[in-house]
Amino acid sequence: MNDIQVSLGARKIIIDPVTRVEGHGKVTIRLNEAGEVEQARFHIVEFRGFERFIQGRMYWEVPVIVQRLCGICPVSHHLCAAKAMDVVAGVDQVTPTADKMRRLMHYGQVLQSNAVNFFHLASPDLLLGFESPVAQRNIIGVIEAFPEVGKWAIFVRKFGQQVIAATGGRRIHPRLCIPGGVNQNLPIEHRDALRGEVDQIIQWCCDALELHKGFVREHQALHDTFATFPSNYMSIVAHDGGMDLYDGGLRAIDADGAPILDGVRPADYRDHLIEEVRSWSYMKFPYIRSLGREDGWYRVGPLAQLNCCAFIGTPLAEAARKDFMAAGHGGPVHATLAYHWARVIGMIHCAEIIKQLLFDDDLQGTDLVLTGQRRPEGVAIIEAPRGTLLHHYQVEENDQVTMANLIVSTTNNNEAMNRSVTKVAIDDLTGHEITEGLLNHIEVAIRAYDPCLSCATHALGDMPLIVSLEDADGSVITTRVKE
Amino acid sequence: MTPFPTTPAAPAKPTLATCALTGCFGCHMSLLDIDERILELVDLVDLDVSPFDDKKRFDRQVDVGLIEGGCSNEYNVRELREFRKHCRILVSVGACAINGGVPAMRNTVGLRECLEAVYLHGPSLDGGGMIPNGEDLPLLLDRVYPSHEVVKIDYFLPGCPPSGDTIWEGLRRLLTGRAPDLPYVLCKYE
Repeated sequence: MNDIQVSLGARKIIIDPVTRVEGHGKVTIRLNEAGEVEQARFHIVEFRGFERFIQGRMYWEVPVIVQRLCGICPVSHHLCAAKAMDVVAGVDQVTPTADKMRRLMHYGQVLQSNAVNFFHLASPDLLLGFESPVAQRNIIGVIEAFPEVGKWAIFVRKFGQQVIAATGGRRIHPRLCIPGGVNQNLPIEHRDALRGEVDQIIQWCCDALELHKGFVREHQALHDTFATFPSNYMSIVAHDGGMDLYDGGLRAIDADGAPILDGVRPADYRDHLIEEVRSWSYMKFPYIRSLGREDGWYRVGPLAQLNCCAFIGTPLAEAARKDFMAAGHGGPVHATLAYHWARVIGMIHCAEIIKQLLFDDDLQGTDLVLTGQRRPEGVAIIEAPRGTLLHHYQVEENDQVTMANLIVSTTNNNEAMNRSVTKVAIDDLTGHEITEGLLNHIEVAIRAYDPCLSCATHALGDMPLIVSLEDADGSVITTRVKE
Repeated sequence: MTPFPTTPAAPAKPTLATCALTGCFGCHMSLLDIDERILELVDLVDLDVSPFDDKKRFDRQVDVGLIEGGCSNEYNVRELREFRKHCRILVSVGACAINGGVPAMRNTVGLRECLEAVYLHGPSLDGGGMIPNGEDLPLLLDRVYPSHEVVKIDYFLPGCPPSGDTIWEGLRRLLTGRAPDLPYVLCKYE
C-alpha cells in the first residue's frame, strides 16, 4: 500500500499509472510550501505514430488497420475511416443496406463501450465510494456487493458485442466496411437472436438509469460541483438538430448554450479547429480557431452529445434527456459527473435504435457497394462513445495513402480533463494529508470523461496512474502508487 | 441498493495480474468477452495488479501474468520486467505482445519520422508544432519490441485479439495446473 508521509513543504505528487481507464496516463501535481496546488497535469505518455506508418498503405486497407488504434472502440475508427474512404471512392451516399448495417454496428459499439465505462470502470467509485478500500474498488467488488449491477454489466456489454459480431464477423476488430459500402448484410438467424434479447437490454439500461439517478439524488451537491466548470461543447447532430451518432454536421455551443458552430461539413474542419502541441504530453490540445487558445477549448462525449442536440428521436431516451436537461435550467448541464448520467441515457438510445434497425428489412438488402469517380482526399466525422472523432486522408493516384490526420475523441477533451484534474486537486487535496482515497478523487474526475488513451496516443503510449511529491526544486521526495 | 456484508477471507486462490503495454486494450476487452464466465473467473482467481483495478504495484508473488502489447518506451520495459519478476507464469496475449503487431509498423519508418509527421507536419497544427519531450514523458524506444525479446515468456496466446474463448481456455488450464495446449480452432485466425 502507499504510505506517503506528507510533511510540510513543497512537493510533487505523481499518480502513475491512472487505472480503470483505457490506456496509459499519469498525473503530476505540484504543491508549494504552503501545500497549495501550483500546477496539475494529466500526461499521456505513449506515442504510436499511426498517421505516419499508415502512409503507403492502400486506401481500402485503412479501415481494418486504424481500428487497431483502440480495442474498446475499434468500430468507431473502422467506420470513420470507411466514411472518409467513401469520399475517396467518389461515393457521397451509400446504399440503405450499407448505411443501416454500419449504423447497427455503430450503435452496438457505443452501447458496449458506454457499458464498459459505466459498469466496469466507473461504477466502483459511484457504488462503493471514492475512498472505499482499494481491494474492493473494482468491478469484482461491485459484482460481489451488487450482483444485479454485475449482471447488467455482463449482459448489456455482451449484447453490444453480439451486435458487432453479427454485423462484422467478430466482436473486436470486426470487418464490415469497404470504401463505398459494406461486405455483407445481416443474416436472419443473427437478426432473430438479437430481436429476442433487445427488450430485456432496453429494460436493464433503464434500470441502470434509475440506479444512477438514485446516486445523483443522494449526492446532489457532490454531483453538481465535483470537477465541474462551465465550458463549450461540441458534437455532430443530424440536419434537423436531433441526436445522430453516425453522421451529421458539426455543432458547437458556448457555456450558455448559444451556437458557436453549426452545420460544419467534415471537409471544412480546418477552417474551425486547430491543435496545439505542448511539451509535456503526447496528446494534442485542439481548440476552436475563432475563439483562440485561451477560450476555444471545449468538451465532447456523452455530456456534449446531450447538450448539443435539440432532441433524441427515440422515446425512452428522449424522456430521459428532458429530465436530464432540467438540471441545466434552460442551458447546458456542466457537471462533470453528469457525463455518467448522459452515458446511461446514450445506452438507452443505442438499445432503442438497435431495436428499430432489427425490424428494418433493409438490413437484408443485397445492394451493398457503390462506386464513383476517385477523389484525392476524404474527411469524415463520427460520434464515437467518447465523442467527436475525425479522420482525414489523402490518397494518391495509385491508391496509396500519402497523408493521415486523426483528431480522436479523447484528444478533444484534453484541456477539459486537465482542468478537472486541477480543480479536484485544488478543492480536495489542499490542506489535507494526501491519502490513497483522496488521490482516487483525481482519477474519478478523469474516469468521468472515459478517456481512451490508446486512441489518444495514436502518436505512441500507455496509461497507468502514479502520484509523486516533489520539493520546491522539483526533485521527487516520494512517489505514491495506488495499490 | 444496499451492499451485502463482505464475506470472510476464503482460502487463498491463485492470483492473476494483467498489464497493457503498447497495444490497443483489445486483448483486455477480449478477456471481458468471456461474458458470464467472469463470475467463474472471480471464483477461480484473485485479481492482483491490473488496469481493471486500482492496485498499481506488486507486493507479492503472483501465479499468472497476462501481457498485452509490445514495448515502445522505457515505461513498457520497466513494467514488463516487474511482471517477469513477480509472475510465476508469464503469457504473451495477442499480436502486439507476440510480435509487436500494428504499432510495430513504425519500425519500417523510423521513430523520428513518425514524431515529425504527427507533431511538426500535421495538417491541423497550430503554428509549427513541437515534438513533446517533457520530463514526465518516458523515453521512446528506437523500435517496438515483442515481449519475448525483453523478458522470458512462458506461453503465447495468438490472435488480434485472441477470442474470449481462447483466453478463457488458456487461463483456466494454467490456473488449474495444466499445460495450455489448446485445440487448433482456438489458436487459428478465423
